[in-house]
Amino acid sequence: MQKRQNAFILMTIPALALFFIFHTFPVLQGIFYSFTDWKGYGDWNFVGFKNYLNVFQDGRALSAYGFTFQFSIVSTILVNIFSLVVAMGLNAKIKFQKTLRAVYFMPNILGILIVGYIFNFIFAHFIPDIAESLGINALSKNILGDPDLAWVGIVIMAVWQAVAFNTILYLAGLVTISDDLYEAASIDGAGPWKKFWAITFPLIAPFFTINMVLAMKNFLMVFDHIIALTGGGPGQSTESISLLIYRGGFEGGEFAYQSANAVIYFIVIVIISVFQIRVLQKREVEM
Amino acid sequence: MNRQTNWLITTLLILGSILILLPLYLTITIALKTPNELSKSLLALPEEWRFQNFLEAIEITNFFNALTNSMIITIFVVIFTLLTNSMVAYAIARNMHKRFYKFLFYYFVSAMFVPFPIMMLPIVKQTSSWGMDNIAGLILLYIVYGLAFNVFIYVGYIKSIPKSLEEAAIIDGASTWQVFWKVIFPLLAPMNATVGILTTLWAWNDFMLPLIILSDRDQATLPLVQYLFQSQFSTDYNLAFASYLMALAPMIIVYIFAQKWIISGVTKGAIK
Repeated sequence: MQKRQNAFILMTIPALALFFIFHTFPVLQGIFYSFTDWKGYGDWNFVGFKNYLNVFQDGRALSAYGFTFQFSIVSTILVNIFSLVVAMGLNAKIKFQKTLRAVYFMPNILGILIVGYIFNFIFAHFIPDIAESLGINALSKNILGDPDLAWVGIVIMAVWQAVAFNTILYLAGLVTISDDLYEAASIDGAGPWKKFWAITFPLIAPFFTINMVLAMKNFLMVFDHIIALTGGGPGQSTESISLLIYRGGFEGGEFAYQSANAVIYFIVIVIISVFQIRVLQKREVEM
Repeated sequence: MNRQTNWLITTLLILGSILILLPLYLTITIALKTPNELSKSLLALPEEWRFQNFLEAIEITNFFNALTNSMIITIFVVIFTLLTNSMVAYAIARNMHKRFYKFLFYYFVSAMFVPFPIMMLPIVKQTSSWGMDNIAGLILLYIVYGLAFNVFIYVGYIKSIPKSLEEAAIIDGASTWQVFWKVIFPLLAPMNATVGILTTLWAWNDFMLPLIILSDRDQATLPLVQYLFQSQFSTDYNLAFASYLMALAPMIIVYIFAQKWIISGVTKGAIK
């Protein structure tokens, strides 16, 4: 018995040690340095909460938070609408079901950065080119070059890529709903709209919760999309929090300051995730 | 009722799939065109297939070097993730009634909520001062970071495996290690497939970790190479798209042959 216990300890201790050294320790270091004025090199002093107070007064940081939230909320909603629609389509009695499912899932396997570069070209040349030949002036310039519209381009690309994963999740939920339920509803005279709200949506509510939480969490961390599409520009109009921490920390000598920003960011993500799970699960029960 | 094919939805889905396929179509055709053809029409098929773009891209970006790097990283990460993460999860799953293992479970799983940027700056300092700013260091980080999610899904799965099989093996004199490798690990095959697929997609497509960890350009992965060559690519789209296509191709080819397994693997991972 003791031998068995020793084996279990041997199985877990190396993993625990490595995880602590390469995950927890850096996190603790980040938190530690957030209370100092370290630039990433040289001497440092404790400065208390100064970095934190400065983040709240830093226009660049606030605009990064603003952009990241705007992008995440809009993308999360759009991804969930599109993927639910596509999943319901794929779940219907259709031809070429396997092939269509494979096509709609494909963006999930492609690297975001490279997809981003392809979309960069589409926004910069393809759409303006098509718009010009059709005489649509509004679309004839690169939207990524417009500080007010660049975020829309990032949303489009992010949604294109993320719908794949969420569709598959919704599909997994939809296939569990028995046809009998819909037939019974039809006999009672329910239309498609009624059926969706009375049967489909309540039964896939747990999938809706996972999808909303996962999508939101991923979008709040947005980085690759922005590197490939705008690099944070024009100006700093599409600089996300991750990108700001990366830039400021590595290029701007703001190691301590961006660590404080990262701690705030961490707290924000935890609060949003917990809040979402609470609210959405409450709705599940009520329905 | 309603047993015939719904052609309306079929048609709408086919039209929708054009939106998915268009970026790929553009990538393939632009990679095969000359700059002249490209300036004439973006959408048209190439007049003749020009493979010169690929040869140039291979030479300029040192494609085979990056491909080798990406493959080495992905293969090592997947193999060691499967072997180690499942073992850790086994020890935890069979001892969840003990405080230490319960703590371990929540310790690993709670890391899923920690956003990477909070450790981004310290981990770079740490890996570079320990001489780990290379492919080997990157491989270790992927295996360790994978624990958070993998322990979560492995433990759920192992709990559903009845203990009677292990008990029989123990009575026959098998040690805990033998029980794991000979009895449990083979039973984990469906979960191993899921973890293997998700880990492959992650290690192959990831950009941020190679970007911050690797210090030597010769060790760059395929996505990182596309980033490093942007200044050259922005003046020569045909070259750029040849390079993008070659970077995407290995995964697309795998997907064409294994899409059924990949989709079901990803689904299982997502719904636990």
